[in-house]
Amino acid sequence: MKRFLARNAPGYIFLTPWFLGFFLLALGPILASLYLSFTRYDMVSDPRWVGLKNYDYMFTRDRRFWKALNVTFTYVFLSVPARLAMALGVAMLLDKGLRSIGVYRAIFYLPSLLGASIAIAILWRELFEIDGVINGILGLFGIEGIGWISQPSTSLYTLVILAMWQFGSPMLIFLAGLRGIPRDLYEAAEIDGTSKPRQFFRITLPLLAPVIFFNLVLQTIESFKTFSSAFIISNGTGAPADSLLFYTVYLFNEAFKFFRMGYASALAWVLLIIIAFFTAISFLTSKYWVHYENDRD
Amino acid sequence: MKTTATDMTAEMERAAEVAHALRLVQQKRARQARLMKHAFLIVLSFIMLYPLLWLFSASVKPENEIFGQLGLWPSEFVWSNYIDGWNALPKSFSVFYTNSTIVTVLSVIGNLVSCSFAAYAFARLEFTGKNLFFALMMMTLMIPYHVVLIPQYVLFLNLGWVDTYLPLIVPRFLASDAFFIFLMVQFFRQLPRELDEAAMIDGCSPFKIYWVIILPLSLPAMGTAAIFSLIWVWEDFLAPLIYLNDIKSYTVPLALRLFLDVDGQSQYGQMFAMSVLSLVPVIIFFVAFQKLIVRGIATSGMK
Repeated sequence: MKRFLARNAPGYIFLTPWFLGFFLLALGPILASLYLSFTRYDMVSDPRWVGLKNYDYMFTRDRRFWKALNVTFTYVFLSVPARLAMALGVAMLLDKGLRSIGVYRAIFYLPSLLGASIAIAILWRELFEIDGVINGILGLFGIEGIGWISQPSTSLYTLVILAMWQFGSPMLIFLAGLRGIPRDLYEAAEIDGTSKPRQFFRITLPLLAPVIFFNLVLQTIESFKTFSSAFIISNGTGAPADSLLFYTVYLFNEAFKFFRMGYASALAWVLLIIIAFFTAISFLTSKYWVHYENDRD
Repeated sequence: MKTTATDMTAEMERAAEVAHALRLVQQKRARQARLMKHAFLIVLSFIMLYPLLWLFSASVKPENEIFGQLGLWPSEFVWSNYIDGWNALPKSFSVFYTNSTIVTVLSVIGNLVSCSFAAYAFARLEFTGKNLFFALMMMTLMIPYHVVLIPQYVLFLNLGWVDTYLPLIVPRFLASDAFFIFLMVQFFRQLPRELDEAAMIDGCSPFKIYWVIILPLSLPAMGTAAIFSLIWVWEDFLAPLIYLNDIKSYTVPLALRLFLDVDGQSQYGQMFAMSVLSLVPVIIFFVAFQKLIVRGIATSGMK
């Protein structure tokens, strides 16, 4: 016992804040919300056990739950590929020995830092108003715009564009990845007369696969968590016609507007499972399409 | 014999000329391609910056010029939006900026202390269960805040912490943001182990090694973590939204949202002015510490 302590004490002491945080703020709450998800709980009276009722209601009768899933999945599947394609394209342009790359890099990255702020969400609302700037620009081409956010059919795309505007951080990661590809591979391909698109598919993409994979996992998780901009742009409700009812916005309202804490906990657990599922899928399939440099044969 | 020699030199000269011409054409093409690239990048830069420029210009335009006009240059500069906006809400923005500063400074300190402690343990110390704990730590990266939100709220409510800054600050002293632990572990691992070993032989305690060797050598990583944590806490919206109900204790993002609740009255200029101000600290830190930020993302893949 004494020897165990002597060996481990320093490590455990340094980890104490993390231990406390992990048990009190992560593991504990996750288990607590699992329990709460089987109860009815309004914060006034004690939680009352209702078994699977919350989940039953969610999957069979709650149309807003399905709507929220639909909105969130549409958003993730549109915005993540769009953002990554943008990031990779610009990174490749910047990578090929241009001068003043630092200035471009800074300009393209800045929106990533600002994008989650309330100020930008407010700005976005006004840009896409019926008399906003976007319609002004369209007007120059003789196109008459609409209120992009007040139309349920287009509102979600304004958020996809906001996500694309923030392509800077995956771009930086791609840039670092591109730096790692040996130049002589391209030179050899050039001598062999390999066309540029072929070089892209035969050299760039395969060697960049680990970085693409990393960005994909990270950005997917991030997209599922989108909250502030959706909350502000939809007036906190998911309006118009629930077209901006992001999963997180729905969950927030169930919990802190209607105080259906039990039901909201069930929603939270479903979100956790969805994210875990996508992360697991990416990792399990990665060995088929991601090849790391040191296990090349 | 002689003629063939001259023929050969003539041939070679011609070949050299052709090669030279080819090279010129290639250079010209490369230059053209480079110019095209720059043109494209400049246009893209303008598109990327346009929303921000528009936001700033809208904050100094007369009210009737804000909408329906694309131009960025106002007919006259209405700086009064900044003064009026500062006092437009039931409490002045001095209060909100003070609140945001308190929360941000304490949170950054909390993140740096607690995350560097954890990272030091993971990167440099040996103890039972290390790999398990490390894996658990990495898994918390994936967990959405919304999943722990409700139980955390119940916990803090029972502690009587709602409507105080404690729910925003205390978690940061408990290393709750695993991103920073990960970033620091990556950095600490690169430091030569011989330093620790030499210090250990000299009888240094683990704490002293952390304080005298690891921390001073890790200032770049600490700087990166500090800047990111500062920007994220400054922009944080969800946690303040849940825990702060009294307008006296509102942070800047919560205050900005109040502009949206004011119906009817046209306060757009003031709202934009205060939006611009809320971004200023972030932009200043970005410009000042760009190198640290860029390197931090490239090595750790943070957002």
